[in-house]
Amino acid sequence: MAAVQDGPMELDAEKEAKPEILSDGTSNLSGNTASGTLSSSPLTAAPAGGAPKMEDQQTLIAVLQFLKRNKLSESVEILRREAGLGEHQEGSQATDGSGGGKGDGDGGDANSLLSRVSITSAAAPQSMPVKKDQPDVSVVLSAYSQQGDPPLYQVYYSGLKNFIESVLDCHRAELSQLFYPLFVHMYLELVYNNHETEAKAFFDKFSGDQECYYQDDLHILCGLTKKEHLKGNEVLLDFRTSRFVLHISRDSYQLLKRHLQERHNNQIWNIIQEHLYIDIFDGMPRSKSQIDSMSGSLAGEAKREVNKAKVFYGLLKEPEIEVPLDDEDDEAENEEGKPKKKKTKKDSLGSKSKKQDPNAPQQNRIPLPELKDSDKLDKIMYMKESTKRIRLGPENLPSICFYTFLNAFQGLTAVDFTDDSSLLAGGFADSTVRVWSVTPKKLRKVKSAGELNVIEKESDDVLERIMDEKTASESKILHGHSGPVYGVSFSPDRNYLLSSSEDGTVRLWSLQTFTCLVGYKGHNYPVWDTHFSPFGYYFVSGGHDRVARLWATDHYQPLRIFAGHLADVTCTRFHPNSNYVATGSTDRTVRLWDVLNANCVRILTGHKGPIHSLAFSPNGKFLASGSTDGRVLLWDIGHGLMIGELKGHTDTIYALKFSRDGEILASGSMDNTVRLWDSMKAFDEVETDDFTATTGHIHLPDNSQELLLGMYHSKSTPVTHLHFTRRNLLLAAGAYNSQ
Amino acid sequence: MAEERRQKLCSVILPTESMKAMAESVGVGSLQEESCLALSEEVSYRIKEIAQDALKFMHHGKRRKLTTGDIDHALKLKNVEPLYGFQSQEFIPFRFASGGGRELHFYEEKEVDLSDIINTPLPRVPLDVSLKAHWLSIDGVQPAIPENPPPVPKEQQKTDSTEPLKAVKPGQEEEGSIQTKGQGANSAEVKGKEKMRMKPRSTHELSVEQQLYYKEITEACVGSCEAKRAEALQSIATDPGLYQMLPRFSTFISEGVRVNVVQNNLALLIYLMRMVKALMDNPTLYLEKYLHELIPAVVTCIVSKQLCLRPDVDNHWALRDFAARLMAQSCKTFSTTTNNIQSRITKTFTKSLLDDKTQWTTRYGCIAGLAELGHDVIKTLIIPRLSVEGARIKAVMDGPVVSNIDKIGADHVQSLLLVICLPPEQH
Repeated sequence: MAAVQDGPMELDAEKEAKPEILSDGTSNLSGNTASGTLSSSPLTAAPAGGAPKMEDQQTLIAVLQFLKRNKLSESVEILRREAGLGEHQEGSQATDGSGGGKGDGDGGDANSLLSRVSITSAAAPQSMPVKKDQPDVSVVLSAYSQQGDPPLYQVYYSGLKNFIESVLDCHRAELSQLFYPLFVHMYLELVYNNHETEAKAFFDKFSGDQECYYQDDLHILCGLTKKEHLKGNEVLLDFRTSRFVLHISRDSYQLLKRHLQERHNNQIWNIIQEHLYIDIFDGMPRSKSQIDSMSGSLAGEAKREVNKAKVFYGLLKEPEIEVPLDDEDDEAENEEGKPKKKKTKKDSLGSKSKKQDPNAPQQNRIPLPELKDSDKLDKIMYMKESTKRIRLGPENLPSICFYTFLNAFQGLTAVDFTDDSSLLAGGFADSTVRVWSVTPKKLRKVKSAGELNVIEKESDDVLERIMDEKTASESKILHGHSGPVYGVSFSPDRNYLLSSSEDGTVRLWSLQTFTCLVGYKGHNYPVWDTHFSPFGYYFVSGGHDRVARLWATDHYQPLRIFAGHLADVTCTRFHPNSNYVATGSTDRTVRLWDVLNANCVRILTGHKGPIHSLAFSPNGKFLASGSTDGRVLLWDIGHGLMIGELKGHTDTIYALKFSRDGEILASGSMDNTVRLWDSMKAFDEVETDDFTATTGHIHLPDNSQELLLGMYHSKSTPVTHLHFTRRNLLLAAGAYNSQ
Repeated sequence: MAEERRQKLCSVILPTESMKAMAESVGVGSLQEESCLALSEEVSYRIKEIAQDALKFMHHGKRRKLTTGDIDHALKLKNVEPLYGFQSQEFIPFRFASGGGRELHFYEEKEVDLSDIINTPLPRVPLDVSLKAHWLSIDGVQPAIPENPPPVPKEQQKTDSTEPLKAVKPGQEEEGSIQTKGQGANSAEVKGKEKMRMKPRSTHELSVEQQLYYKEITEACVGSCEAKRAEALQSIATDPGLYQMLPRFSTFISEGVRVNVVQNNLALLIYLMRMVKALMDNPTLYLEKYLHELIPAVVTCIVSKQLCLRPDVDNHWALRDFAARLMAQSCKTFSTTTNNIQSRITKTFTKSLLDDKTQWTTRYGCIAGLAELGHDVIKTLIIPRLSVEGARIKAVMDGPVVSNIDKIGADHVQSLLLVICLPPEQH
């Protein structure tokens, strides 16, 4: 605990600093934009913030030193000013560093920082000629130039291996976590220093010992045999820039430290100091299964302090509803007054409980668009529908309607339903987006401007008159992208459709005119997913450039950039209260971002493969994520804990959805099955256990089979999307695969 | 374990010879060994990198197969110009050539006559994407409709019938039963199944709907309305959910044949044989378990002495032909080294064929049954008998008029023999 004590305080300071920036931005912009917008000025708040994180500071100092050495004093000044780094701070760090704070310390942050600085200062001249255009990269790489005797690496590693295998069982599991990061760093060090044959021998000897869930990374590693390869490889660059995080109990850590000091095994000790971040905790060492459930991500587990920030996961109250509902009541009293009354009561009950929700964010924490009349009508429809909703449960499973795309030779890549289940959109690999009406109501375009002119605007049925009957059809094709469409998302009001594509753009389509309205450029690389906020107006996109971006439909530049993932952002989802965004990535982590300040508030590790689907529970408390390894993991957002693991699928899970009341989780996969899980039971079982909440060490029950309520095979049709209608009928969609 | 993994991870690099060949193809004459090695390492690394990126596109394209398009997209990511217009009909479009002490693989580029391409008719426009909805599950139970996979896959029907003990093995039950077998199971069924495993599955209870279906289908199959019958047979031949009714159908057919042969009811026998055909056409049924009932019924329809009330008028010959075809079909699909259906059937037919006292009707059936089994059977078993049969036919034809029935029989056997003993190419 001692190591992270200053964590929350630092975050508090940040929190205080951020709203100021935000309010500055709004005041600047208030003249020309609508007041109800997130200010677009503080892009990436993180690096510019008042208190840069430790690693940032290290990098900054390294860069400063590099600049100084090259006599670029002006740049030094500017950088220092912008980073808010005092001269004395940097100076003292440097002098202290050269004074030689060698890695014998207590594992504290300051100590490792010092040793790091001393290394960079020693290595910088050497790295200069290698790469001038990307100083930060070479600085990072140069951390490897400090070398031991290459043939001895195997001895070091097997020495440690023997030691770890000989310690007590309870420590062995914990210390075994060291194997993989050490293995990778030692291998890279060998490669970096041009000891090709030693590197290969080292790899061959020890790669088999690594945990099977690191296979993918090992495949990439084994291709890397030359120093030149290191520069371009993004995956491994990340491995070095971000430290691999391990959670180890104090006892085990002491044991390791003593061993390494006794043996004077400086090589390994240095790597631990430089490249690993060991999060030490007091208490019982974790068991193998506990460790296995949390590990697997590209950069180890999440630091505990990262997940300490408070997340307002509660739902926003919806006060606007009651007014129109009463109106409606008056109007429709003579029709069916009584049942309506009941509904209103029920509803006010519901919203009352929401009002008391202490976990809900402030109503105006994120400025939300005002409800239009049509939105209110839709809300009323929603209320009506939800009274007819079926209560689901283990004894009462939903019916599933499967929408099969036939003749989709070009490849179906994405599907979305509107919330009221009236429209269906499909993104295809041939760059088209198609919209279907799944109700008898056909899709119609608005008439052309000339024709609209002659319409009498005062007439009652003007909304009906503006539609062009001649264009009525069951489906419409939207052309515009120049690459496969990987994500589609309907706006909640059904007026717009978003699509994201390989061509690096996100496009906004009007479902009135069936034309493209905006192309949002910014990602430059394939955009893997996009998702509209549940309140409309905002949307999020994530792509190969490893960042997720928050956009507003009326801004052509992103409002926020969520940077931090170490690999592609593969899927993005808005929290039901629109204050948070969850992203899943190829780096095998799920992150939760605060929309207000673009901070990462949760890092969830435990997946063993790229994450391809995410779903929030309707009450906003839980998150489900599915990955290529066929497992669904359940997370408690408030505590940042893994609370369940659903095993059963044999292939990538592309679709996850909670039923409207959250009792059932449906998952759809490449293995042609839809599975239904008892999410209530999964959540209940964990909530009773408060030990896990305090320590953060989960012990997952292996009860996937009990939680599995049903499994339904389709005929060679992978399940691409799942959707619960407002009455809790489950809709599934996928393209029939004739092979 | 570790050994295997290491094997898999062993880094593979392109041979230096390929580098030389490729260098030659772009006009670089003599490449030094060292540069070849450096090149091949670099190229191998880049190819791996691109393949890894291409995999991402495959995953996001929601496919299991990597396509050339994925590789193009991956190249685009790296700012490399994708390969335009590359298309290969074959899996590996390389040809091998050797000579002058060298061995080469090259890409064969044939000359293409443009006028050929222009003159060929355009291929049909592929069908447009369409959307079709069906019920995957109704209140937690998967309906047995053609859009859904068969409730109990054929493999499981097979394991259930051939290895009933396998399913009870502990350990397999947990993962295996639910992952691969537990279809359309709601929670109650899942639990029920695990218990069910414990006892042998001898009894099959049909649901009310299934009983109703069974009644309707059997009535339609043997009823008088031909349109209804066609529908019923179509249902038997295509519906995926008949597994549980199969024992009933099989008994229905065998009992039906037994009764109707005695009553010489030709029409009903034909209807029953059509049912057998429909059952055999259904791809979701595992019929092996019920052959002991079906084959005797079919064979009866081939070789029975009398199948109709008026043998001189009714066309029972057609039934024999039809049943013989069925027999041949089941020999083809079900005959294995363990059940030896084909050889047993052949023996039965031959035995009665060799018997002098065999009636003409039975004789006809035997010959038809054998003939359907293929040319080899005809060649080895029927052709050697031709002279004997010919003499016998002649005796009936030319001899004193014994009975009209015999004469008709002999006549049919003769024409049958004439047809089947033609050389194969004239068939």
